[in-house]
Amino acid sequence: MLELKNVNTHYGQIQALHDVSIKVNKGEIVTLIGANGAGKTTLMMTVCGDPHASSGEILFEGESIQRMSTSQIMRKGLAVVPEGRRIFSGLTVAENLHMGAYFSDKAAYEAQLDHVLGLFPRLKERYHQRGGTMSGGEQQMLSIGRALMSHPRLLLLDEPSLGLAPIIIQQIFEIIERLRSEGVTIFLVEQNANQALKIADRGYVLENGRVVMSDTGEALLTHDAVRKAYLGG
Amino acid sequence: MRGSLYNAIFAAGITLVLACLMLGVRLGAEGTTLTVYGAGADRWEWILAGVGLVFLSQLFSTQLGRLSSRIPRPDLGALKPQDATWKVIKPWLLAALVVGLLVWPFMVSRGAVDLATLTLIYIMLGLGLNIVVGLAGLLDLGYVAFYAVGAYTYALLSEYFGFSFWACLPIAALLAAAFGFILGFPVLRLRGDYLAIVTLGFGEMIRILLNNWTSITGGPNGISGIEKPTLFGLEFSRRASEGTQTFHEFFGIDYSSGQKVIFLYLIAVLLVIVVIYLINRLMRMPIGRAWEALREDEIACRSLGLNRTVIKLSAFTLGASTAGFAGCFFAARQGFISPESFIFIESAIILAIVVLGGMGSQIGVILAAIVMTVLPELAREFSDYRMLMFGLLMVVMMRWRPEGLVPMKRPHLELK
Repeated sequence: MLELKNVNTHYGQIQALHDVSIKVNKGEIVTLIGANGAGKTTLMMTVCGDPHASSGEILFEGESIQRMSTSQIMRKGLAVVPEGRRIFSGLTVAENLHMGAYFSDKAAYEAQLDHVLGLFPRLKERYHQRGGTMSGGEQQMLSIGRALMSHPRLLLLDEPSLGLAPIIIQQIFEIIERLRSEGVTIFLVEQNANQALKIADRGYVLENGRVVMSDTGEALLTHDAVRKAYLGG
Repeated sequence: MRGSLYNAIFAAGITLVLACLMLGVRLGAEGTTLTVYGAGADRWEWILAGVGLVFLSQLFSTQLGRLSSRIPRPDLGALKPQDATWKVIKPWLLAALVVGLLVWPFMVSRGAVDLATLTLIYIMLGLGLNIVVGLAGLLDLGYVAFYAVGAYTYALLSEYFGFSFWACLPIAALLAAAFGFILGFPVLRLRGDYLAIVTLGFGEMIRILLNNWTSITGGPNGISGIEKPTLFGLEFSRRASEGTQTFHEFFGIDYSSGQKVIFLYLIAVLLVIVVIYLINRLMRMPIGRAWEALREDEIACRSLGLNRTVIKLSAFTLGASTAGFAGCFFAARQGFISPESFIFIESAIILAIVVLGGMGSQIGVILAAIVMTVLPELAREFSDYRMLMFGLLMVVMMRWRPEGLVPMKRPHLELK
């Protein structure tokens, strides 16, 4: 579904990604783990076209997207939940969700709205409240809900567990698994390697901008080097 | 206490320095040379009293703050009746307002109608800039440039090609929009302060261009004798020009110069209603929400597939076209325009209207426009201190209602 072939990304002179090749198949949860500054977010952003890959190829459903502008890419059927939630704090929950469905017609919007509010009943309770007045967990739900409003086939999640209480993280991960069962392919970038690898079909380990390891989630979870580096021994 | 003492000494010192420079000395001509005069004793007393006041108010700022927090803040939201009743009376209220606006000029003096017309122009400008600054969050300090484009469009087309006011109205709006588009393309990559500086420069560029392009625009002499608007070809002058008829002849009534003033006022009312309606519509459309979303978080907007350039451009262009509209009417009303009418201070006043009214709120902007045009008229004898009063008003507003007169309302849950 999504495939990166030997992608290199630069910030000016500095190379952030070196020959990264990653494949996400339809219906999978694929996770990307790595330490701070490994290039996880850069990789996610490169898929979204900001910054553009300096070389290599990015294919989404067989179509090469690495030359397209961000706004074109984001209308192709993939959606991203950016790092740090980034909801519109001055807009209400309803308006936030509506922004997510900016390009869909009314019928699709209403159907998807029902679906998202079903996934996150909490958002229904807070429907007319400003986004910024909600708790961190609720905001994360809103951020995911907003991304889902465009009815994406592939969902990119950038550290959805960032700064949340363990019980909320648990809920978020349950939602992610549920989305997979509904046929949404998920590419998950996480620092919380333990949790991410548990639900992932496959995982990649990124180190200094290079993919150093890739295996099934289970295998990585029990792999010695991974345990030492990311799971606390 | 110590901190506030230092603060108070510092503030008093600055006040003293500023007051000495601005009020304490005066330049006078003596023959061919300039001489510096000191101020008289009574003025020095005033200055020292002012310094003392600043000192004390800074020293006891916490206590004063506590006191001022006890001054009730008007809750305009509470004045609004319940939603159900509101729905019933809203159309009636609006109708009453429109009828009032239409009937009112026939009962008051010519000067009042003239002032009301000016206020309506500022309302139009405020509403236009409100899209750019209040909704889309793009700080535009050169808004007056589009106003100038609108005004000169009508003035030039009327002078050289004999276009009528009504034909020029859409042309002026379109041309101003085109200027907004052309400026917007390179500029909207910039953010915040940089955008403000570039728009400021653009405003000056237009003014200086108009000032120096003497062969076409008449330079600093401006353009005079701009034709007044007509009512379906009927003129509002004492004697008709060739081949036309005047309003008072057609209806067989006596000529009075008040008719023209009222007619201009009514056009302004019409234009304002059109502008309010259009902007209201736009704000309810997805594009209106996209402006707000872009102001809130650009990255999130891009992650949702929105093209930020298109959205910013649309806000900029629409704001500019409103200014063009207002400018065209302004030229028709004045009958004379010169680059003097489009200096930076105009931009500042329009921006002050938007900020004072509460960014993004239409009712707030309308109220603020009324305050900002009517107050200086009422306080004519203080006209030397107009800028000082402006500053004072701003400080008071920041203290009392930092979110503006009528902040943009959003439904929210009340904790009971």
